[in-house]
Amino acid sequence: MIAMIDLIAHVLLLLLMPPLLLGVIVKTKAAFAGRVGAPLLQPYYDLIKLFQKGTVLSRTTTWVFLAGPTVTLFAVMVAGLLVPLSGRPAPLRFAGDFILFAYLLALGRFFTALAALDTGSSFEGMGASREVTFACLAEPALFLGLLALARLSGGLSLTALLGGQVGGAWIAAAPTMVLVVGGLFIILLVENSRIPFDDPNTHLELTMIHEVMVLDHGGPALGAVLYGAAVKLFVLSAVVARLMVPVASERPVIHWPVFVVSMLLVAVLIGVVESVMARLRLLHVPNLLLGACLLTGLGFILLLGSSS
Amino acid sequence: MTSTQLILVAAGLLAGSGVPGLFADRRARWGEWVAVIATSAAAIAGLLGALLPDAGPSLRMSWGLPWGRFDVAADAVSRVFLLPVFLIPALGTIYGLGYWSQLEHIANGRKLRFFYGLMPAAMAVVILARDGALFLMAWEVMAISAFFLVTTEDDKRETRKAGWVYFVATHVGTLSLFAMFAVLRLATGSFTLAPTDGAVLDPSISRAVFILAVAGFGLKAGLMPLHVWLPAAHANAPSHVSAVLSGVMLKMGIYGLVRITGLLPASPAWWGAMLVAAGAVSAVIGLVFALAQHDLKRLLAYSSIENIGIITVGLGLALLGRSANQPAWAALGLGGVILHVWNHCLFKPLLFFGAGSIQHGAGTRRIERLGGLARRMPRTTGLFLVGSIAICALPPLNGFVSELLIYLGLFRAVGAPGASQLATAAAVAALAFAGGLAAAVFAKLFGMAFLGEPRSDHAIHAHESPATMIGPMTVMAGLCVAIGMFPGITAPLIDRAVAVWWSPIGSQAPSVRGLAPFDWLPFTSLVLLVLSGAGFLALRRALSPAPVQRPGTWDCGYGAPSPRMQYTGSSFGQLLGALFAWATCPRARRPRMGALFPKEARFRSNVPDIVLERAVLPLVRVAADFLRWARLLQQGQIQVYVLYILLTVLVLFISMYAV
Repeated sequence: MIAMIDLIAHVLLLLLMPPLLLGVIVKTKAAFAGRVGAPLLQPYYDLIKLFQKGTVLSRTTTWVFLAGPTVTLFAVMVAGLLVPLSGRPAPLRFAGDFILFAYLLALGRFFTALAALDTGSSFEGMGASREVTFACLAEPALFLGLLALARLSGGLSLTALLGGQVGGAWIAAAPTMVLVVGGLFIILLVENSRIPFDDPNTHLELTMIHEVMVLDHGGPALGAVLYGAAVKLFVLSAVVARLMVPVASERPVIHWPVFVVSMLLVAVLIGVVESVMARLRLLHVPNLLLGACLLTGLGFILLLGSSS
Repeated sequence: MTSTQLILVAAGLLAGSGVPGLFADRRARWGEWVAVIATSAAAIAGLLGALLPDAGPSLRMSWGLPWGRFDVAADAVSRVFLLPVFLIPALGTIYGLGYWSQLEHIANGRKLRFFYGLMPAAMAVVILARDGALFLMAWEVMAISAFFLVTTEDDKRETRKAGWVYFVATHVGTLSLFAMFAVLRLATGSFTLAPTDGAVLDPSISRAVFILAVAGFGLKAGLMPLHVWLPAAHANAPSHVSAVLSGVMLKMGIYGLVRITGLLPASPAWWGAMLVAAGAVSAVIGLVFALAQHDLKRLLAYSSIENIGIITVGLGLALLGRSANQPAWAALGLGGVILHVWNHCLFKPLLFFGAGSIQHGAGTRRIERLGGLARRMPRTTGLFLVGSIAICALPPLNGFVSELLIYLGLFRAVGAPGASQLATAAAVAALAFAGGLAAAVFAKLFGMAFLGEPRSDHAIHAHESPATMIGPMTVMAGLCVAIGMFPGITAPLIDRAVAVWWSPIGSQAPSVRGLAPFDWLPFTSLVLLVLSGAGFLALRRALSPAPVQRPGTWDCGYGAPSPRMQYTGSSFGQLLGALFAWATCPRARRPRMGALFPKEARFRSNVPDIVLERAVLPLVRVAADFLRWARLLQQGQIQVYVLYILLTVLVLFISMYAV
């Protein structure tokens, strides 16, 4: 019975909650700027509007242009089924599922880049080039973080890495956990093209990363792109939220509300970072990503000293 | 008939497949069909022989040579490496009907088909051989056939140069193997390839054998920095030859390493750590070079170096498991090696066939001149995309499964105490980095070749390839999907091979099925495929009712955009390439823009192979000066060479009666 409730809650939250995070980030930034800001549910209204519109397709594009948004959306959805959102076991869990998780995100990125190149536009080629470059540097940071978590938990699935044992890991190796959470938070920002890596609200194509890759998508295709991006933000935020708020409970009435609140906290945190920081110069981005690698790598090395 | 005999018959069929064609008229096509029928029959017989459960006893025959004997057997390790040897040449011969037809290649078609059958036949004997002398002979036949295949178009200067570099490199490797077998014979007293224990081989001997094996087999496999021959040879050979070279011949080096390490007694940990490190370097640097290439096939060749690197990491992990007595690491490491050998022998030939299809249809292999082929070559496009996704190790295709096995093994090795932790952790980071790089490389390759607008007249007038070329590619793509979706079907073969390799250690090796999520992957793959497919169709339906406008891509209002203004492969890789300029040392010739109204100018950049240009060639030049006296032996007169043969036979006779 509890497993059933967990499954339904997991799927419903995965499907419905992602745009809310975008709304919370925008509200936070508005509060910092002293504005009222768009309504909290504005991303939902945008999506509904986009899915009702027609579209314009460039005559250069092929089927790849439409495959990009759909494959990306469902790759991150399946990845979302692997994460133990509330600390209870995820719907899909098996040895090595975190590798599938990382490579599903890569699959989405690959198709987004191809859809961008399909337009033949230089701007979109530029964006695709930046996306794959920064992803290269983010992957090792992610895997070193996973390595540290795997060593702490002794398990080989995301459910073991992020499940009920996280609290114990904080007690056993707090410095490592701080470093890993820091590294993963940087990855969360770069993978979702947030400040300081990319400005989702910029209006100059030359400086964009993610937004420039989807310039030519419109209507339902753009809706799928935006929804997919929101789901990706949700999934990666859930990983960070699980590590920051390691509450473990057997009762759905406790752990699901805790999860929702911790997700909102992560969204507020992203909004705060976006409000207090400027965007980095493009050439400095690799340095910050190397920094993330060093953080998670150092977190792992700290574990080597202690006998597990 | 035992399965060993069946495999030998198949090898004989392969070796003879091109022979009747040699007597055909230069304009007759029947020689091609004989080759197709013979290689297909050989594929059926060979695959049956390799898959049949009955191993049969080893076959031994005496022969009239003083050393060694004809001793062959097909154990489980041999069988897993035999599958590509029979499958890929058969598909390649069919592909050759369209790609390299006798009518279009009157001068070299018959030569190519002769060696195209002989090389895999020699590889089959290499894999079956249980005797060092037989092994070396088959190895040499394979190496020389490959030389003639690489130099198929020996009227081109580039090709002759590539063939020459390959020829020297492969013989340096063979020399190392000669030394290795000599050391083994000194220690054990025979050339027989059988497991040895610590009582016979003391550690210094087995260390020497291991190092010589890594040098000799590493040269054949193309492990960095022993890869110098590989890019040019793969790029200049005909595409179906490159497919066999890359898909099958490189794996002979891997086979040799697996075989020899399986024979030696328990190894110290540094062996495994060294292979893990060498593999990780190959994986990353191979891709860094791949990203910088302008030539379609050179790019694919460098990507082969990456894949060999991944395989070597797996083998190193298995060796670490051997020294730490951890059967799970060995099962995952060697299981990953075997599965990645199969996978690479499917998706890399698929990509080389695709490259050949592009060359056939568009007439150029230069990436910067392609573009927009998706409309002109739709079938090649789809198949090439399957190959690209598979080689980037993205789910749900087969490349992901083999990398998953290796990752899982590395994660397990990191969890256990010991000195190998740092090596394996570094390997995890390197593999993750290589995964990101591979996606960048193949996004560039696929995007620049197939998407966007055509960048040259070549690309505008490209046409789709005939069914004889598309058919073999479809088979390979289908196998990529099948292994990716249902990896469990490979588990029994892998388990048997791991058991053979692990048997000298004594304990039972666990099944890879119990260690890897083979039962979960079909489910996640199906969910992903069904959802994505349904989503794609829904999106198309959502767009269909209203007439969709089709203007050009948004160009910021610029009046006369030309396809040459698109992002090119070089610009796509520039950001990432700049991070690695210290390793690749790119060369660029930049025009100077001085005047207010600059004249026409040219920009040129390329990335030569730094190891070859900066280290190997200078060294060879010095050596050539030093060894000038040896040229006295090379008179260029046929009588002198006949004399050499006579002397050799004489020496053999004397040694037979003296020994």
